[in-house]
Amino acid sequence: MTQTKIKSAADLGAHLAACESFAASATGPEWLRTLRCNGVTHFTELGFPTTKLEDWIYTPVTGITKLAFRLAATADATVTAEQLAPFAFPGWTGSRLVFVNGHFAPALSSLPAPQQGVTITNLAAALASGDKLVEAHLAHHASVDGSGFSALNTAFIADGAFIALAPNAVAAEPVHLLFVSVPGNAANTAQPRNLIVAGANSSAKIVEHYVSLGGAAHFTNAVTEIVVGEGANIEHAKFQEENLEAFHIATVQATLARDSRFLSHSISTGARLARHNINLVMTGQGVDCVMNGLYAVGGKQLVDHHTIADHAQPHCGSHEFYHGILGGNSRGVFNGKIFVRKDAQKTDAKQTSRNLLLTDTATVNSKPQLEILADDVKCTHGATVGQLNDEALFYCRTRGIAEVNARRLLTHAFASEIVNRITVEPVREHLEQVLWARLEELIEKK
Amino acid sequence: MNPPLIEITNLSAGINGKQILKGINLTVRPGEVHAIMGPNGSGKSTLGYVLAGRKGYDVTGGSVTYDGKDLIELSPEDRAREGLFLAFQYPVEIPGVNNTYFLRAAYNEQRKHRKQEEVDAVDFLAIVRQKMKLLELPEAMLKRAVNEGFSGGEKKRNEIFQMAVLDPKLAILDETDSGLDIDALRIVAEGVNKLKRPDNATIVITHYQRLLNYIVPDFVHVLFDGRLIKSGGKELALELEEKGYDWLIGKNGK
Ligand SMILES: Nc1ncnc2c1ncn2[C@@H]1O[C@H](COP(=O)(O)OP(=O)(O)OP(=O)(O)O)[C@@H](O)[C@H]1O
Ligand SMILES: [Mg+2]
Repeated sequence: MTQTKIKSAADLGAHLAACESFAASATGPEWLRTLRCNGVTHFTELGFPTTKLEDWIYTPVTGITKLAFRLAATADATVTAEQLAPFAFPGWTGSRLVFVNGHFAPALSSLPAPQQGVTITNLAAALASGDKLVEAHLAHHASVDGSGFSALNTAFIADGAFIALAPNAVAAEPVHLLFVSVPGNAANTAQPRNLIVAGANSSAKIVEHYVSLGGAAHFTNAVTEIVVGEGANIEHAKFQEENLEAFHIATVQATLARDSRFLSHSISTGARLARHNINLVMTGQGVDCVMNGLYAVGGKQLVDHHTIADHAQPHCGSHEFYHGILGGNSRGVFNGKIFVRKDAQKTDAKQTSRNLLLTDTATVNSKPQLEILADDVKCTHGATVGQLNDEALFYCRTRGIAEVNARRLLTHAFASEIVNRITVEPVREHLEQVLWARLEELIEKK
Repeated sequence: MNPPLIEITNLSAGINGKQILKGINLTVRPGEVHAIMGPNGSGKSTLGYVLAGRKGYDVTGGSVTYDGKDLIELSPEDRAREGLFLAFQYPVEIPGVNNTYFLRAAYNEQRKHRKQEEVDAVDFLAIVRQKMKLLELPEAMLKRAVNEGFSGGEKKRNEIFQMAVLDPKLAILDETDSGLDIDALRIVAEGVNKLKRPDNATIVITHYQRLLNYIVPDFVHVLFDGRLIKSGGKELALELEEKGYDWLIGKNGK
């Protein structure tokens, strides 16, 4: 195994210089500038993670450090609506906020009709208007010292989505957040920062969607903080279909208050390297959350999910379902941590990770990590890695279905089990189309 | 007499090298119903799997001629397309695959094989509805994933439903009666009887005489230790019900 050596501040070179100059020049209120400076400081200390770190042993990020660092100051104005057509959800009636290279592009976006108690806008606008919720929550949940990447994102906080729901507000339509990277001379890096604050008993469905225009390498480093208030009900779907040269690093950090419901989806088909951190912290009793995930990769792709279900309070349920489909020489990593704190009695935590290897050269490292300090809990986990079920294949064939079609059917079914948990139909439809094409590619290339 | 639909001659087969079937002889003609009975582990399901072409179930001797063809040479899907159907003793759950979608995929592959036009979703639904009535199945079953979370009885009814839609020439029902309550048993058996025609045949594998009160067999065979040790008419089933297998095994035991 090749190990990258721990970087000294000097080795961070271009990134650090860019950080510092950005932090020095960027405008905004005092508190924000302090946040950014903290980001710079922590990034200087942490640098990029190396494969010596336990959480990164299978995921070398040298490709990112070698990539020239070009951050856009504004959205690329040359992007047209037609170019985004392939990323539209069929029959979508909800709103769509488009971000190009990390910056809001109003001309490409369609904002929702104004609704009492529901704010759906971009972070730069919310910062400019001095929204107090932003100051109260931004960077309070995803800690800057978690990893070099979130620190780096914090150093560059400028734009992203901002969604706020007043208590009892129910967003009328789902929200589509489309993050488009247009790698080129002007930019190859995006650092979107999203904040979702859901008041007590509010409810919304939000889709974060990451895509590329063009096939050149680029780097997305996203952080999304989600604050789910008491009794609120939030569905958050993240779909990453960036180009196969892209590096995608993203953290979703959700804080779940008493009696809230949170449904998280992560669907990942794109990028040369994708690392998803999904961290759910249950800070009140009676929370019920689901982590649902699917990755379908081939070629030389690497996809890594690190999830945390942190049961800090009693009587919470977390249910995690991850499926992986791996072809070519691809690699999958799944690490599911479940923490059950000392007082978190009556916890019900369930985790399953299933992986389907389409070739002998695809590999997966799947690992549950349970730390249970309470004694009256129900925790189960299971991981499988393997081929399609022989019995099911035979059953299909005895009904007249050709073996290759039976394989296809079962592979799609394996993906559908995850996709079907998404409650927004146009998103499911889009995913089915994209996944169908992707799986056909994987099955054919084997 | 009709030419045989299937002719099994001195068939021996094993699972991963272990010999299970040790010389089976059986001829089934169109229009006939045969029952195969026998104690646990005697090889009844193995016979079904061998005829359906399951991987790992290797034929080590003898031959099977089905509808004039060498059955053993055919892939499982081609056997199905030629009209062979196995209702599983333990039907397999396929999460994520809709029951109707699955059945239409199978139906259309069979039609394609027979050079018939494929059927679209709307027309297929009409076919399916008609067969559901025959078996008094709830409509909700169509929308669920294949066998997933079905009760034991529901799974068996789903097998017969598939059979009704696929309309095979030779159906092998492996303990379709187990797990059915008495009403379901009657419905399923009546369904099977309604599907009976002069040009198709059924092999019913069962432990219980009670099914044979509804599906009346022309022949009853006893399978023991990989061999058919006794054959007779429907009265043999009654005799077995009364006396068990010991009196037969005594004569033929190892
Ligand atoms: N995969 C296997 N490997 C080895 N032996 C097997 C395998 N499957 C079945 N057998 C053996 O083959 C024999 C016949 O099994 P089979 O399932 O055909 O019996 P059966 O007559 O259908 O029994 P039952 O009435 O319980 O359904 C048994 O001794 C069984 O243990
Ligand atoms: Mg059996």
